[in-house]
Amino acid sequence: MNAPARTLELGRVGESVKRVDAIPKVTGEFAYSSDLFAAGMLWGHTVRSPHAHALIEEVDISEAVGMAGVHAVLTHTDVPGAKAYGLEFADQPVLAIERVRYFGEPVAIVAAEHPEQARRAAERIRVAYEPLEPVVDPERATEQEPIHDGRPTAGHGFRDDPRPNVVRSIVIRHGDPDAQGEVTVSGVYELGIQDQAFLGPESGLAVPDGEGGVDVYVATQWLHVDRDQVAPCLGLDPEQVRIHLSGVGGAFGGREDLSMQIHASMLALHTNRPVKMVYNREESFVGHIHRHPAKIWMEHRAKRDGKLVNVRARILLDGGAYASSSAAVTANASAFACGPYAVENALVECACVYTNNPPCGAMRGFGAVQSCFAHEAQMDKLGAELGMDPVELRLRNALAPGDSLPTGQKITGSFPAAEVIRRAAALPIPEPEELPRDALRLPGGSGNTTRGEGVRRGVGFAVGFKNVCYSEGFDDSTAARVRLAASDDGIAAVVHCAAAEVGQGVVNVILQTARTELDLDEVVLGSATTSSVGSAGSASASRMTWMAAGAVQLACRAAKDELERRGGDLEHGETIDVERVYHHRPTTPLDRETGQVTGDGAHVAYICAAMRVVAEVDVELGLTRVVWIGTAQDVGKAVNPQAVYGQIEGGIAQGLGLALMEEIQTQDGLITNASFTDYLIPTTLDMPPVEAQLVEEPEPDAPYGVKGVGEPPTVVSTAAVASALRDATGRQLTRVPVRPDEIVGLP
Amino acid sequence: MDVLTPTTLDEALRMKAERPDAVPIQGGTDVMVELNFDRARPAVLLNLNELAELRGWSRENGSIRLGAGLTYTEAMEAPLAEKLPALAEASRTVGGPQIRNRGTVGGNLGTASPAGDALPPLLIGDAVVELASIRGERTVPLNEFLTGPKRNALADDELILGARVRAAHGAQTFMKVGPRNAMVISVVSLALTVDRERDEVRAAFGSAGPVARLVSARLADLDGFPERVAAAASPIDDVRGSAAYRSHALSVLTARAVERCLQ
Repeated sequence: MNAPARTLELGRVGESVKRVDAIPKVTGEFAYSSDLFAAGMLWGHTVRSPHAHALIEEVDISEAVGMAGVHAVLTHTDVPGAKAYGLEFADQPVLAIERVRYFGEPVAIVAAEHPEQARRAAERIRVAYEPLEPVVDPERATEQEPIHDGRPTAGHGFRDDPRPNVVRSIVIRHGDPDAQGEVTVSGVYELGIQDQAFLGPESGLAVPDGEGGVDVYVATQWLHVDRDQVAPCLGLDPEQVRIHLSGVGGAFGGREDLSMQIHASMLALHTNRPVKMVYNREESFVGHIHRHPAKIWMEHRAKRDGKLVNVRARILLDGGAYASSSAAVTANASAFACGPYAVENALVECACVYTNNPPCGAMRGFGAVQSCFAHEAQMDKLGAELGMDPVELRLRNALAPGDSLPTGQKITGSFPAAEVIRRAAALPIPEPEELPRDALRLPGGSGNTTRGEGVRRGVGFAVGFKNVCYSEGFDDSTAARVRLAASDDGIAAVVHCAAAEVGQGVVNVILQTARTELDLDEVVLGSATTSSVGSAGSASASRMTWMAAGAVQLACRAAKDELERRGGDLEHGETIDVERVYHHRPTTPLDRETGQVTGDGAHVAYICAAMRVVAEVDVELGLTRVVWIGTAQDVGKAVNPQAVYGQIEGGIAQGLGLALMEEIQTQDGLITNASFTDYLIPTTLDMPPVEAQLVEEPEPDAPYGVKGVGEPPTVVSTAAVASALRDATGRQLTRVPVRPDEIVGLP
Repeated sequence: MDVLTPTTLDEALRMKAERPDAVPIQGGTDVMVELNFDRARPAVLLNLNELAELRGWSRENGSIRLGAGLTYTEAMEAPLAEKLPALAEASRTVGGPQIRNRGTVGGNLGTASPAGDALPPLLIGDAVVELASIRGERTVPLNEFLTGPKRNALADDELILGARVRAAHGAQTFMKVGPRNAMVISVVSLALTVDRERDEVRAAFGSAGPVARLVSARLADLDGFPERVAAAASPIDDVRGSAAYRSHALSVLTARAVERCLQ
């Protein structure tokens, strides 16, 4: 409904352009990383821990080595270089050494002629474990034995927190943390573990180059940071490891960490054969990190007129066994804990702990999802306490340019929080549908559980925000290379950029930018690889459009300048080849004791969204049908409006999933629902039509004024759906996913 | 792994007698999941897809005979859907269209999962399961055929031919609770019929005990029936739902189904 009817093939910035990968993906011709093939390739298989926490007494590979078709069986002793890796801290062994810390941790790897031979050989590897008591309760983790020797994350400029198992803790003190209001509301909120649930499993192909190096074809989010983690573990120079982007079947943060890259490379270098690895669905659930589960206490103090006086929050995140990007998630959960509201006083205490639960890291929304669920529940509660309209309450407190966040960071760019709230609130809500209706249009859907009995309607509202680009002093720059050459019709351009197309549409962004800047239709995008261009940074943090457009713009303008210097024309065979690196404005760390910004500020820019949700709930059975979602989102500038609407709808579906059904369940650290039979994601009957409004207030120092769009819909929709369910049921519903038990009032 | 593909029932029964370890496969919507997840590695698969004897349905002396190979898609089509409306409604809740094109009633009987969606509708229709081996044919009432979770009374050398079930005499319905609005394994399910000819309300639940189970009452004796149905269940806590919720939902479903069928 939202997308413009007409899309172009060769559009420019601001026009809706058909995705270049749309047809192949729909027809099944698109080659994903699991479709890779090389002549003479072997198949790799991973032996994983069945325990959440255990000592490894012995790994006996003798039987497996001699099996038919088996070419290699490797353990940690075979890791040629560094034994551990990690996105922020190298705390994760390539293959477990002496101890396993989570269910599914890789212990050994096998390469064989056929995947079944590899699997059978893996079964014959005898690993003797001595199970240890797993640390599974994050609230007790800081009093239990440390699961890592030493403190892997200590000494990185973080607040000194000597308690065992702390990954990072942050305290933000802002104004007078004891300031009193006239009205106080508080609550405790919980979120379960959400999975990215991408459809394309972890997979790739490692090909030895015959000179000691390796080419790795893989679905990832950041080619160069993969290379920088893989090379040291292989004992190679970065140039000897070339990472090439293969077809990515979804990412959502779950491909920021390495999965099979080092393993396949080790097997390939050991056997001197190409080695392919493809995780199966169950394995995928242990093969990547998840969204941090959280327990959050918040107290809001306000004046009778609704103005917030003081927000106090304590946030506990379970990071699982390894650090991954937990430290940055902790910073986000803290910095955005008060929501997009002007608060003069705040005390936010946030800690992320190591446990033997599944490791957690990056997932769409990155810490802001958890905080938004809590602060928006609090805003609804405050509105009810004050007898104030929830929209009015939010408008009265909305952050605006010139205001400061609790970190002390002053908002200098675009921040249309009030505008997104007004626009979302103004969207007309559909009238209730008449009964009788087809069961498919009632809560319970095809289950045929009601013909209207027990069904109540609720309307929810929520606002949320987060930052764009990396933060706290990280310079996540993006390189682009442009090559101009003479063609039959004048000039043709080839662009190289290592930005990962993960489904978000950055390929179109790059092409549209190049066409716009060069005023050319004939632009070709080279494949994304570490060997032809510098780092693009990660397809994460809603940053890739901004950063890729910035880099391509710089490179195109440099190429154009050079073309003009040469008289505006190229001879046949003559080329211009320039590479430029785009940096966002610098950021600086938070003060380790006060959580206040130092220097330029911790964040680059902010994006916000507001959402209104209509839901019908069968209050006797606890089943839900979300009927309609209206949203207004701050996007800066829509480079490809159709893709922006797609990101908004997809992001909403993912947040709706967390609100209603998506949860990795564990028992003593073991995942009990590692399949799409029992880890449910929304179907088309669960996802309502979305009415989306784009708010385009350009960001001053971004190319074309763009921001990012991928995360705000996910940040807000979990909170907004829960709000609608509360309105329909009159219950608190303090935990997501909301269980039917809670709706019907079972203990 | 061997795959045997008989083309007649006699041939199939001979093969099953010779290879009692052979796992029958029809639609494959259960068997292939087990294979793909590496939970089962049968030495032999007995492919029943070529057996005309197992296909379709027919009328027999006032009852309906369902072939073991009847798909859920077929069970949703008129006129069968009018004769067995609860089975049609249950079939609509099974997976997506592709799964309903492959999955069969016989498969539900063979797997004998407490969550088998076809089982409660068959139970309220007094279903009798037809079994055959080279030793001969026999029939077993469905409630006796289902002996435990994923266990049934099928002998090693037997195959399921189909089921005979009483056509609806009065309103019927089927309801299934799942954590999302389509494509779920039931958290709890219920089939119910008001059979005025027999002066009986018959309810059967799934996913609320080791086997799908029937509970009935006289029409004049419906006070407290939802609670009695819930009390007959022995649900457990698992990843799909809690025991307490299953009991609660079963009583809500029963009350609604009675009201729906009495209208």
